Amino acid sequence: MSATPIIEVRGLSKRFVKKLDLAGRIAAQLGSGQREETVHAVDAVDLMIMPGEVVGLVGESGCGKSTLGRMIAGILEPTVGEVLFKGQNRATLDDTGARAARLAVQMIFQDPSASLNPRARVDASIGEAPRVHGLVSSRDLDAYVAEMLSRVGLDPSLRRRFPHQFSGGQRARIGIARALAVKPEFLVCDEAIAALDVSIQAQVINLFMDLRESLNLTYLFISHDLGVVQHIADRVVIMYLGRVVESAPAEALFQSPNHPYAQALLAEIPKISTTKRTFHPVKGEIPSPLNPPPGCHFHPRCPHAMARCTSQAPRLREIAPGRLSACHLNDA
Amino acid sequence: MMDTTPTLAVTDLKTHFFTKAGVVKAVDGVSFEVKAGEVLGLVGESGSGKSITGFSILGLIDAPGRVVAGSIKFKGEEIATAPEERQRHLRGNRIAMIFQDPMMTLNPVLRVDTQMIEAVRAHQPVSASVARGMALDALSLVGIPAPESRLRNYPHELSGGMRQRVAIAIAFINKPDLIIADEPTTALDVTIQAQILHEAQQLCAKTGTAMVWITHDLAIVSALADRIAVMYAGRIVETGTTAEIVGRPYHPYTKGLIGSVPSANRRGERLMQIPGMTPSVMNLPAGCAFQSRCSRRGQGCDAEQAVTELAPGRLVRCCRPLVEEVAL
Repeated sequence: MSATPIIEVRGLSKRFVKKLDLAGRIAAQLGSGQREETVHAVDAVDLMIMPGEVVGLVGESGCGKSTLGRMIAGILEPTVGEVLFKGQNRATLDDTGARAARLAVQMIFQDPSASLNPRARVDASIGEAPRVHGLVSSRDLDAYVAEMLSRVGLDPSLRRRFPHQFSGGQRARIGIARALAVKPEFLVCDEAIAALDVSIQAQVINLFMDLRESLNLTYLFISHDLGVVQHIADRVVIMYLGRVVESAPAEALFQSPNHPYAQALLAEIPKISTTKRTFHPVKGEIPSPLNPPPGCHFHPRCPHAMARCTSQAPRLREIAPGRLSACHLNDA
Repeated sequence: MMDTTPTLAVTDLKTHFFTKAGVVKAVDGVSFEVKAGEVLGLVGESGSGKSITGFSILGLIDAPGRVVAGSIKFKGEEIATAPEERQRHLRGNRIAMIFQDPMMTLNPVLRVDTQMIEAVRAHQPVSASVARGMALDALSLVGIPAPESRLRNYPHELSGGMRQRVAIAIAFINKPDLIIADEPTTALDVTIQAQILHEAQQLCAKTGTAMVWITHDLAIVSALADRIAVMYAGRIVETGTTAEIVGRPYHPYTKGLIGSVPSANRRGERLMQIPGMTPSVMNLPAGCAFQSRCSRRGQGCDAEQAVTELAPGRLVRCCRPLVEEVAL
């Protein structure tokens, strides 16, 4: 394995600001105390992903995992920080380099019926990008699309159909085929299987693992489903309210999570078992990212919170080789 | 000795939809029982008819659908053919439903207290202030902090988990004998889901309410349910206790479903997958609906499948069950 990470993220932040409209600005002038609202969707995240790795990015709704994934895929511009592709900052690359870097990182979305053009035939949806980017000549395009479809386990003779003529699982495969058509090295899968039935989910997970072998792909697998992440990820990164709270090799993490939030989250994974169990859930809800609690974001729900947690945000630091955690308890 | 009349006994229920394109047999001969204090998990994939089964019990099937045959007995009383007035008396009072999306239960333009007081007073002759007190109790029962102020909120002011808890509180407010829960935690985050499951478990144990928990997620029901019924294409293919179904499935579909769920001890291995997809209930093959996806397909599969009782309470609709195989 080469030592250069395929994707490196340094101090990446994304803030969404809700600007005041005209009425709001007038009200503010008159002293109503209305102010612009800022959501810290992603807050100073550092992340390294090595070639060939499958990294699972886990967290509950609103924790910023999709925003982080979109910044890595280049769909959203970060507010602060940089994304390095094979050691080079994407923002400072020349045009050719930037285009190549962008093509190498592709994204697969949660809802394939929303991300596929409903009025375009499947071959047009899959074939457009490779043709525009000159990866394949118009003459070979048809054969190329057919190859892509059979690669994801679909019958190439269906390529003249429209997305609505496929089932949910087949549409998910079309979404994957479209991402693969530009020969990416890195795939960001944002809840790519969340909408599918259990038996279809298993088929698509198996497909992801086969493609990883045959095409030597690297994945950032964003999911709220810990069971799935545990199954396919080499390393798991857990986010809470815009910050990474723990990052560790999957096996070590699922054996002994370090951060109290990781512990709570893992304890709640529903598992297939032959016996009933009692649930002992964490109290409280995820605070609003508009107004996150000071210090460690998790302290209002944390069973081990100390005075220090309410004022000082813990730094993400190495607690064992390859394991990072952001918790003051590790200092004690 | 316990009262042996089950809270709910469904026998050979058939709910069909008469569409222009043909008759959709969404539920086609479903039978099960739930006793007081028991949780039955009704498991199936999209289109298996599990939600329609739930709706049929509450009499919520709209045209072009109709319950065409079968009996639904609630504490021994036939309710499938009961007059609308009787059904309305039971609905929300003795039988309650929790829906997947709490916004379906809650009226967006009414405050929480208005809706909860209405639910009480529709069925009990009590004053508004007594009903308000009951609403307060119900909210604290489902673990809502500061219930007094939550009562004055509108549904949009609450988070998804809060809303679902309000919907559950409304379901529980008249202390029903039976609750039908249709995927109530699917839209929720893991930690919130655990909270809801925790409340449901506590409530059933405390009040002796029977519950039918409809879900596609085997992992959830295996932790929650006493017994599991697996549905496929409008029929129950296997019934048994949770331990039996999960530990030793007899129907090939159940086994495939369990194998499809990622679990810790098979990390990184290929998941067992069921080939193909759920057939359209519009044109099912003759005989077993699962045969085209089944690895054990053989003689007898294209004939109508009879339900056999392989052990007491252990029903399987398959002519080639996995009886001789060892446990998973």
